[in-house]
Amino acid sequence: MTNWNVILSIAKTHLLTKIKQTSVAALGVTFGIGSYITLVCFMTGLNTMLDDLILNQTPHIHVYNEIEPSKNQPVSLYDDFNESFNVVHSIKPKLSQLKIHNALPIIDYLERNENVRGALPQVQTQIFYIAGSIEIGGNLIGINPIDEAKLFNIEDYIVKGSAEALQTTDNGILLGIGVAEKMSLKVGDRVQISPINGDIFPLKIVGFYQSGVADLDAIQSFTNIKTVQRILGEAKNYITDINVKLYDIEEAVSLAKTIEQQFKLKAVDIKTANAQFDTGTTIRNLITYAVSITLLIVAGFGIYNILNMLIYEKMNDIAILKATGFSGKDVQLIFMSQAMIIGFVGGVLGLVLGFGLTSLIGTIPFKTEALPTVETYPVNRDPLFFIIGFLFAIFSTFLAGYLPSKKAKKIDPIKIIRGQ
Amino acid sequence: MSVVLEAKHINKYFKKPVSFHVLKDINFQIKKGEFASIMGKSGCGKSTLLYILSTMDTDYEGQLYLNNQLITGQERTHLSYLRNKHIGFVFQFHYLLSEFSVIENVMLPAKKLGEKSYPEIEHDAIEKLKMLNIEHLSKKRASQVSGGEKQRIAIARALINNPSVIMGDEPTGNLDSYNAQNIFNIFKQLSDEKGLSLLVVTHDEDFANKTDRIIQMGDGKILV
Repeated sequence: MTNWNVILSIAKTHLLTKIKQTSVAALGVTFGIGSYITLVCFMTGLNTMLDDLILNQTPHIHVYNEIEPSKNQPVSLYDDFNESFNVVHSIKPKLSQLKIHNALPIIDYLERNENVRGALPQVQTQIFYIAGSIEIGGNLIGINPIDEAKLFNIEDYIVKGSAEALQTTDNGILLGIGVAEKMSLKVGDRVQISPINGDIFPLKIVGFYQSGVADLDAIQSFTNIKTVQRILGEAKNYITDINVKLYDIEEAVSLAKTIEQQFKLKAVDIKTANAQFDTGTTIRNLITYAVSITLLIVAGFGIYNILNMLIYEKMNDIAILKATGFSGKDVQLIFMSQAMIIGFVGGVLGLVLGFGLTSLIGTIPFKTEALPTVETYPVNRDPLFFIIGFLFAIFSTFLAGYLPSKKAKKIDPIKIIRGQ
Repeated sequence: MSVVLEAKHINKYFKKPVSFHVLKDINFQIKKGEFASIMGKSGCGKSTLLYILSTMDTDYEGQLYLNNQLITGQERTHLSYLRNKHIGFVFQFHYLLSEFSVIENVMLPAKKLGEKSYPEIEHDAIEKLKMLNIEHLSKKRASQVSGGEKQRIAIARALINNPSVIMGDEPTGNLDSYNAQNIFNIFKQLSDEKGLSLLVVTHDEDFANKTDRIIQMGDGKILV
């Protein structure tokens, strides 16, 4: 038989008469949870930004035709040498076409896969930018601009102009910012492009592209897939690369293997292509969790300390309560409810503090070459962090209150009454 | 007359620091309406006996009956309930919860018992305070009243659940003679008018002599 009204009213009186101590304890929780939320939101915000730097532009699976030597050299076909140790010097790569055979049906097939968000064709080729008598080497990538913007966020890296402009302009080009600077070009100008076979094509500049990697920006430009096909004099089915974006990045490795086996193409998944980046993400996450757990533990110890002191001060009260008929469990509940109230109030305030601080950080300007569209510090305000923070406030105050309250439960009233 | 409290063959040992036989075969009864006092030298075990009778100390041999029901060996939560309902306590030092108001102190055991509604409990508490002439203190903090008043508040608290027996551990030990007389009169009145049983441990011979019965203790035994 537990009389919650009585227990809560006693707990309330204890907390209110020691309002200073109570506030210190609650503030301990508030700062713990507040800084946890701020830290996690900020760190994961930065992490996501760093991840996006790579992930946004990078396809989850990149399919292309690799120039490589035949796996089966002629010598291995000859039965007489079967049992012998063969040494072949100067193996040359096999001459094969750059285009992906049957690319359009393959794209159709990939898009039907339920894991695939989209598969986009690209045509990549080497070209020269012609500026008077100077030829600057570079890459031209033919894309479907609107689809590319949808799946690979190319819009984030277009500093002038837009993906639509590229889509709608015949013979348009999205010039790398480095190339534009070198050649003093602006939007609306024309730039002359020469493929390796020597023809010259004038293209209209519809915008500038800045990836953040200076070396890349100095050579790479984008145009419509049709335009590249026309420049190269190839048919509409001439596709050199297929970029696949998945719903779940974890599927990349297995799907890449399947594609390699099924179509005899080279398929590189993002994990293999960016192994060091994956490690970096893991380590940053590890640091985030280590620091936030430390914060929460420190806050938990603060609460434990204060409740412990509270119980020492209240020895007399405990003895009286027990002598007048409160059971050990009642006394434990009184102190537990004090801990939980501190945890609840401190936790809620911590959420507010975390919300406030992250809002503040979210307004601080942050300019970086690498991400032209980012203007303030990134903050990832995932509701999950707030839920975790609040649950931890409750959980840690429960633990911090449990041990001292257990002691209060066991206090022998006679010892205290006799001691006086 | 019915027996309120009965002790049969109570033995108690202290194990620390050395094994010591504190109470040796204690047998006695308190009848309804009886005002008994326990006297004896320091260390003779009278307080120890009182704590056993109060059900707070359960580490003893023998049997204890409250209202003719065996309470030895009962669960602690049940003992708490019995203590709450049937036993009122008055200590040498006031033992009020200093952060609560006087009336809250008095009401607390009744709230714990939970047999009555809050307005009823509050009404009862004011009745008890009126009876002890300290009604005017009801809204004050317990830490703001004088020693004699505190003891009367403690008595009001002991009475709030209309217990079968009131136990006092030197309730006048810390008071001047005027206040001590006052407390005695209250006890006497409760015993005579309300038929309440009282068992009071005291050093004060004048106090003891005025009670119905003196239980004299020495060396862990009842002498008279």
